[in-house]
Amino acid sequence: MPRTRWFAVRQELSIRQRRLFGLMAILLPLAAWSLVSYVPFVWHPMIEVTEPGDVTWLKSGQLVPRADFEREVARLGQAGGRVPEGERANPIYLPAPHRVAVALYTAFTTEPKLRGDLWLHESLAMSIKTIFFGFIISSAVGVPLGILCGAFASIARMTEPVVDFIRYMPAPAFGALMVAILGIHLEPKIAIIVIGTFFQQVLVVANTVRKTELSLLEAAQTLGARRKHLVLRVLVPASLPDLYNDMRILLGWAWTYLIVAEVVGVSSGITFFINQQAKYRNFENVYAAIVIIGIIGLVTDQVLAFIGERAFPWRNHRPSRLRTILGRLFAGREVTLFD
Amino acid sequence: MTSPHLHDTAGLPDYRAQAPAVAERFRRLRERPVVLEVDRLGREFSGEHGMVTALREVSFSVHRREFVCVIGPSGCGKSTLIRMVAGLDHPTSGRMLLDGREVAGPGPDRGMVFQGYTLFPWLTVTQNVMFGLEMQRVDRGTAEARAREWIDLVGLGKFAKHYPAQLSGGMKQRTAIARALAANPRILLMDEPFGALDAQTRAQMQTHLMEIWRNVDVTILFITHDLDEAILLADRILVLKANPGEVQELIEVPVPRPRSLAQVTSPEFLATRRRLDELIHPPAAAHEGEPEKLPIVRLTQVGDDVE
Ligand SMILES: Nc1ncnc2c1ncn2[C@@H]1O[C@H](COP(=O)(O)OP(=O)(O)OP(=O)(O)O)[C@@H](O)[C@H]1O
Ligand SMILES: [Mg+2]
Repeated sequence: MPRTRWFAVRQELSIRQRRLFGLMAILLPLAAWSLVSYVPFVWHPMIEVTEPGDVTWLKSGQLVPRADFEREVARLGQAGGRVPEGERANPIYLPAPHRVAVALYTAFTTEPKLRGDLWLHESLAMSIKTIFFGFIISSAVGVPLGILCGAFASIARMTEPVVDFIRYMPAPAFGALMVAILGIHLEPKIAIIVIGTFFQQVLVVANTVRKTELSLLEAAQTLGARRKHLVLRVLVPASLPDLYNDMRILLGWAWTYLIVAEVVGVSSGITFFINQQAKYRNFENVYAAIVIIGIIGLVTDQVLAFIGERAFPWRNHRPSRLRTILGRLFAGREVTLFD
Repeated sequence: MTSPHLHDTAGLPDYRAQAPAVAERFRRLRERPVVLEVDRLGREFSGEHGMVTALREVSFSVHRREFVCVIGPSGCGKSTLIRMVAGLDHPTSGRMLLDGREVAGPGPDRGMVFQGYTLFPWLTVTQNVMFGLEMQRVDRGTAEARAREWIDLVGLGKFAKHYPAQLSGGMKQRTAIARALAANPRILLMDEPFGALDAQTRAQMQTHLMEIWRNVDVTILFITHDLDEAILLADRILVLKANPGEVQELIEVPVPRPRSLAQVTSPEFLATRRRLDELIHPPAAAHEGEPEKLPIVRLTQVGDDVE
């Protein structure tokens, strides 16, 4: 029986190890967070007042720095009044895990405080819409242009220096300009996503297309393929799986532009929700919203990865967890990759 | 490979001596129209130290349904030559005629099988074979039917729906041959097509290729560095020498057809083999016997001997 190796260089993990490490990835940060939240002597720099005593400026439920609180306790101890009482607590910006967990649910069920404010799901829908249109518009131009750049050195030479130049300009810098041109609603936000994604996209796509093996093009040429077919029947299909993966990564980048895009003009979407909740000091809702963004991103990516493995059957992939789960769901009529 | 001196002992015939049947065959072969004429083809590369001549004044012609092998030491420009014929590389001098017409650039009239397979990984065997037909605007149904025939011909009927990644090296190369032949080329160019295969598969593929060549109207220009392979397959062998790559000799193989692996020990075969050895291996080294000793120092302990 071979010894189980936990840290072998560039070795595949067993299924059991993969599960374990995957679980640890979630549990370790959660454990650290819980430790800081639930074990008072680890950090807890504040005192949550339960009984203000004779201190006039204290109120029940108030958070005060420990030093201040202890000074008041000492003062009243000497003066002989009712000593304030309180419990050690963390600052308001670090809610405990269970409060965020609860907030994950209540954030959806809490009515907005002001008329005109949006429910969480409405904010989310708005954000997703921004990302979706931004990414679609960027891809509609960026992908074909990238392919052309990858295929034709002349087009690359004409395009890429400019693209490279603009790529280094931070997309939010165009915020004011976009508002001036496109108004204050969703359009300038979509434009920021487009600007943030497009220029990277052209370069990434062009590079992926350029990685196509030249020998495939040569083979196609000896079979009679001319320019159009070399691009459409060789370059594009040859790089399709990699392009698909590029799109997944670029979509992730688009999400990172979301928050800055949404403060352009009238603040909107999930960013508006987060800012609003922060203003009301409901930090557990802030965390809940951030976690939800993460979950949406992760789920989208996993779904895309799953589709990707189905869409390119000529690529042998190691079995993915999602596929195993779905495979079990559809047990008996499992789709075979190769027939 | 057998070493050259083994043949020296036996009273081998002259490699130029041909049995009447063989001579008659060559006479008829020469009467066939010339498919490919290579006329003083040259290729120079600009290297670090000025221009390097890879090929100089290479001339030869290939007749219809002839099987010509090209051999030569590594780096003598075999690949460069066949790539130029395929139109994938430009000659710096000379010209090539296909059926009497000058050609430049790649085209489906010159099919190619590469050492590295170069199958399209996203297409199944059938789709790979259909590729050339589709480029010639043959409609899908016809293309598929024709592809089917070629796939059956190379014995891959059961694997028609497989992707290249699911095939062995030999099957990949058979697919590549089917793909090249399906496009109906005038000449099939093969650059060390079996070089990456193990000895057994290679022998199978050689037999297979002979079979295909017998049954299909195709002319073959075949590069190899395996001398036995060249003798087994070729009507004529074009021997190149290196630095610069030039034609050394164009040998008419006296081994009668139909060929089989059993002929490897026949006198004609051995005579041709000896001649090729003389040409490929520099005479000095061939006569000194033992190859030069490598300057290796002893790195094991005294007494720790393996032989
Ligand atoms: N693109 C290139 N640029 C510069 N020199 C080249 C290039 N291609 C080939 N050469 C040179 O031309 C010569 C012939 O190369 P080629 O690949 O045709 O040899 P070969 O006979 O096929 O060798 P092998 O048997 O190893 O395949 C070599 O000296 C090589 O260095
Ligand atoms: Mg070569």
